[in-house]
Amino acid sequence: MYSDKVMDHFANPRNVGEIEGADGVGQVGNAKCGDIMKMYLKIEDGKITDAKFKTFGCGAAVATSSMATELIIGKTVDEAYKITNAAVAEALDGLPPAKMHCSNLAEEAIQAALEDYKLKNGLTDEADVCKKCCKRCEDVHDLIDEDM
Amino acid sequence: MSDRLIYLDHAATTAVKPEVFEAMKPYFTELFGNPSSIYSLGRTAKKAISEAREKVAAALNADAKEIFFTGSGTEADNWAIKGVAYANRKKGKHIITTAIEHHAVLHTCEYLEKEGFEVTYLPVDENGLICTKRLEKAIRPDTILITIMLANNEIGTIQPIEEIGEIARQKGVIFHTDAVQAIGNVKIDVKSMNVDLLSLSAHKFYGPKGVGALYIRKGINITNLMHGGAQERKRRASTENVAGIVGLGKAIEIASNNIEQYNKKLLALSQKAIEEISEKIPYIKFNGHQKLRLPGTVNISFRFIEGESLLLMLDMKGILASSGSACTSGSLDPSHVLLAIGLPHEIAHGSLRISFGEESTEQDVSFLVEQLSLIVERLRGMSPLYEDFVKNEGRNLYV
Ligand SMILES: Cc1ncc(COP(=O)(O)O)c(C=O)c1O
Repeated sequence: MYSDKVMDHFANPRNVGEIEGADGVGQVGNAKCGDIMKMYLKIEDGKITDAKFKTFGCGAAVATSSMATELIIGKTVDEAYKITNAAVAEALDGLPPAKMHCSNLAEEAIQAALEDYKLKNGLTDEADVCKKCCKRCEDVHDLIDEDM
Repeated sequence: MSDRLIYLDHAATTAVKPEVFEAMKPYFTELFGNPSSIYSLGRTAKKAISEAREKVAAALNADAKEIFFTGSGTEADNWAIKGVAYANRKKGKHIITTAIEHHAVLHTCEYLEKEGFEVTYLPVDENGLICTKRLEKAIRPDTILITIMLANNEIGTIQPIEEIGEIARQKGVIFHTDAVQAIGNVKIDVKSMNVDLLSLSAHKFYGPKGVGALYIRKGINITNLMHGGAQERKRRASTENVAGIVGLGKAIEIASNNIEQYNKKLLALSQKAIEEISEKIPYIKFNGHQKLRLPGTVNISFRFIEGESLLLMLDMKGILASSGSACTSGSLDPSHVLLAIGLPHEIAHGSLRISFGEESTEQDVSFLVEQLSLIVERLRGMSPLYEDFVKNEGRNLYV
C-alpha cells in the first residue's frame, strides 16, 4: 500500500534526532491520535541550514517527517512556509488516502517550528502562534481529552 | 527483506494443512457434482457434506442435524444474531453483548439498533472478562438474545461460557457464542456449556477461508438469512461449497482431537516469549487474562511507539504479526478491545499481537525477541514521547 519511496524513508529516515540550541522547535499532533511530530530547525540569516525530527506514529508519519526535513533544508524561511502537505506527499510518490493526514502533520510541524523561530526573534506576536498546529486532532475526534 | 518468513499471525488466519487440502482436492475436479442432483455424482457430494457435518457435530458434542454450514464466521454471526432477533421480535427487542466482540457481532448489533432493537454492551475488566453478576442484572423481561464470544481475537481472553450459559438458560434467554477463535484451542461441549448457537470458521484452524458453520440447538426459533434453494435443510440457501465444507470437516476433526497437545505446545512458546520480552524490553504491558487466555495469543503494548511502524519493521525482518493501532484498524481510534480493557489511547496505539501456531518453533521466539528489542529501541529513539519521558524520568510512572 505504500510507495517504494515511502518505505525507503520509513526504513532509512533522514535527519532523525534533535538539534541542541535549535532556532525553532515545533511539535504537532497528539498521542491520543497516534501521531506526534517534533521538528527542530537551525536557521542562519533567514535560511534553514539544518532540520531534525522525532516522530511517534505510523510508517507514513515517519516517512513524511523525513521527507519534510529533506525538502526544507537549504530553503529560506519564506520558502519553507510555502511547503504544502501535497508537496510532501508528492515527493514521496503519493500516500494512501487514509494516510493523507500524516502529510498535514508534516506541513504543520514545519510551520510550528517556523512560528517558534519567528516568536523567538520578535518577528511575530504570540497571538499568531499555534493557529494551525495542534488543531488536527479536533478535526477528527469530537471529544479530545488531552490529559487522558 | 529477510528470506526467512516467521508467521506469527495465526489468530488472523492459518495455512490449510496438507491433509486437509488433499481431502478437499477431489471435490474441485472429478467429484464436482452438485449435492442437490440425484445422480451418483451429486449423491457423492451430498455424502461428503454429511460426513463433514458429523465431524463438526462430534467436535461440539452436538447432533449433526444442528449443524449448518455458512460462507464464513461472519455469516454465522450475522445469521445467529439477526435470525434470533427477527424471529423473536414479538417477544422482545433487547439484546445483550459485550464491548469486546469481533466486528462481525458488534456491527450486526449496531445494525439491529437502527432497526429498533436495544442493545446492552457489557463492559469488561482490565483482563477482558465480563462480570456475570452484571450480565444477570442486565437481563430484562424483553431480552431475547445474549451473544458473548468464547475467546477474544485480540487479547485471547476466554469468558466463563458455562456460567453465562447457565444464567441464560435459567432466565430463558437464547445464548449465542462466537467460538471462531476457540475451536482447536478450547474443548467445546454445547450441552454442558448451555449454548444455543455457536459460530465457527474453518480458516482459523487450518481449514480453508470462506467457509464456516453455525450450530443451532434443536428448537431454537431463528429466521433464515439466505433465501433461495432448499439446501441445508431449507435453512441456508445456495449451492454448497463442497470442497470447503469437506476441508472444514477434516480440519475440525484434526483440531479437536489434538487440543491438549496443541495447547501444551503453544503455551510453552507463549511463556518463553513473555519471559524473554519482559526481560529484554522495559515499559511494556501484557494485555489479556494471565491464565484464562488462548494459549498461542500474546498481546503486548510498548509504550512510546506506534503499532504500524512496529509491524512494518518486523515485516522487514520477515516477522508477520498484527496490531491494534488506529493505523492498522482502518479508523482513527485504536482497537475497541484495547480501549475496553482500559488502555489509554496512546498505549493502545503501541500494541502488538503475536499468535503462535502449528509451525511455530522456539527459534522463532528467540528471533522475534531479538528483533523486537532492537526495533523497539530504534523506534523509541525517534519518538518525541520517549524523549519527554527520559527528560522527566522519575516524574512519569508507567501505568
Ligand atoms: C472472533 C471472530 N469472529 C468472527 C470472525 C470472522 O470470521 P470470518 O473471517 O470467517 O468471517 C473472526 C475472524 O476474522 C474472529 O476472530
